[in-house]
Amino acid sequence: MTKPNPDSNTIGIHKLYAEDPISADKTIWGRVTNPLTRRGFLKNSGLMAMTTALGSNIPFANNMPAGLIPAAFAQTDDAFNIYGKKGLKILNDRPLNAETPAHLLDDRVTPSSKLFIRNNGIPPSIPEVTSQDWVLKVEGESCETPKQFTISDLKKRFKPHTLQLQIECGGNGRSEFYPPAKGNQWSTGAVGCPEWTGVRIKDILEDVGIQKDAVYVAYEGKDRHLSGDQNKRPISRGVPLWKAMEEESLIVWGMNGDDLPLIHGAPLRMVCPGWPASVSGKWLSKILIRDQVHDGAKMTGQSYRVPCEPVSPGSKVADEDMCIIESMPVKSLITFPKSGIDHGLNESLKIRGHAWAGDLSVKKVFLSIDFGSTWHETLLEDPVNRFAWQHWTQDVTFPSEGYYEVWARAEDEQGVSQPVVLPQWNPRGYLNNSCHRIAVQVKA
Amino acid sequence: MSRLLSLILICFTINDTRANEDPQTGLIMDAGWELVRANCGGCHSYDIITSQKSDRQGWEEMIRWMQSSQNLWQFDPKTEETILDYLTKSYPPSESRRRAPITKTLMPLN
Repeated sequence: MTKPNPDSNTIGIHKLYAEDPISADKTIWGRVTNPLTRRGFLKNSGLMAMTTALGSNIPFANNMPAGLIPAAFAQTDDAFNIYGKKGLKILNDRPLNAETPAHLLDDRVTPSSKLFIRNNGIPPSIPEVTSQDWVLKVEGESCETPKQFTISDLKKRFKPHTLQLQIECGGNGRSEFYPPAKGNQWSTGAVGCPEWTGVRIKDILEDVGIQKDAVYVAYEGKDRHLSGDQNKRPISRGVPLWKAMEEESLIVWGMNGDDLPLIHGAPLRMVCPGWPASVSGKWLSKILIRDQVHDGAKMTGQSYRVPCEPVSPGSKVADEDMCIIESMPVKSLITFPKSGIDHGLNESLKIRGHAWAGDLSVKKVFLSIDFGSTWHETLLEDPVNRFAWQHWTQDVTFPSEGYYEVWARAEDEQGVSQPVVLPQWNPRGYLNNSCHRIAVQVKA
Repeated sequence: MSRLLSLILICFTINDTRANEDPQTGLIMDAGWELVRANCGGCHSYDIITSQKSDRQGWEEMIRWMQSSQNLWQFDPKTEETILDYLTKSYPPSESRRRAPITKTLMPLN
């Protein structure tokens, strides 16, 4: 099989299956087949993921050959999408990382099928995450009474909250930095704003008791290190106590009215919105109340850190001069139309998208159709709740035939705006919030 | 007829990869690529190699980071030299720029 053109946006499930159908079964669904017959779903591995995505049972599941893409997903014009497959651009399949093209982020509430995937390690298996024995332990130096909770304990003992909260990978936009930064080469699609259901981290912390010396709240999850080393964690990050205590910082079991999908952290994950999504730990098994800034995997060194003071592009920066990223910067996306369309002269084009600003709200969003020479304020909605992205729209007519770019630029409540060129270069390529641009060809 | 044409076109598009890329891994098949295939696919997919661009020092830093924290084994000097030569030649940084034009796949067709 040939490898698809690297420029193509349409790789995904087909590419994974083309390279190695057996491992694609495992990567996408967690599916392992009977080694003798090469059929079925060994110990029901992956069956639930596949049926959930299909939205129906597979009556002859035991006969289903290994390495077969379910026909429903092979149809490009099918009515539904599945997470991490159709439409999403797969950047890396081990660990699985996939982003969503801007025009597929048009929904006001991001469906799980269109939420980016950022894994640092190997997710736990379906049997592990569906087990009734899953517990969340709460401990750490500054925890008064270490406790553990089953998921039904959490549901019974604490008040549930449902909120629409945006999460964005700290490295979203990395691909534009020069000199290039190592890591997944995200363009614009590592962001989303689903509706989450769970309990406040605050309520759990108050239940176990927070000692006076507490400064940080960290997570551990059940994903495994890529090397297979049991003593290594792929990632274990956290947030300062004040961020964990915010009313919108949650431990969730639900997404958009359903249980969390495996790939997004089932059965439990943290959501600390507005910060790099790596603080919103998946497959959550432990919360640590720390008396120091957490020092878990990808908290230290250069990970999720930027130079404390600005540096020239390409600089080497010592670890002690790197500061942990907290709130993400103001940003916006044009989600309609899709870049690259033809549009009729004299016809109005309703352009729309979303904007968000980390811990802050967005005050204004502007559009330019003349490469930033003039800017026009769009109609901007308030967020449905704090930390939800805000929708904006604007009717545009183009003055002549020709090639246009539509640029969007948001401004936060403190008057801080997105740059038109790239923001401050940093060694790992985080926080690129330069304005989003789409191309439109206007024809008579 | 147009269906046949588009079929041919599709086949042509699918095969439109650089002839010197290994179809399984996507690695450019230049001197030393088999060593990279043998040493660098244990933990992660090859996509993470082929999507990076760096100079020799940058590639060496990535290897050192994987050796110090990600359980990558030590290479004998000759292997390391070959791997670094390969990566530096095959995946160098592109020319410097402030901000690139909108990517080709997002442009109008004409």
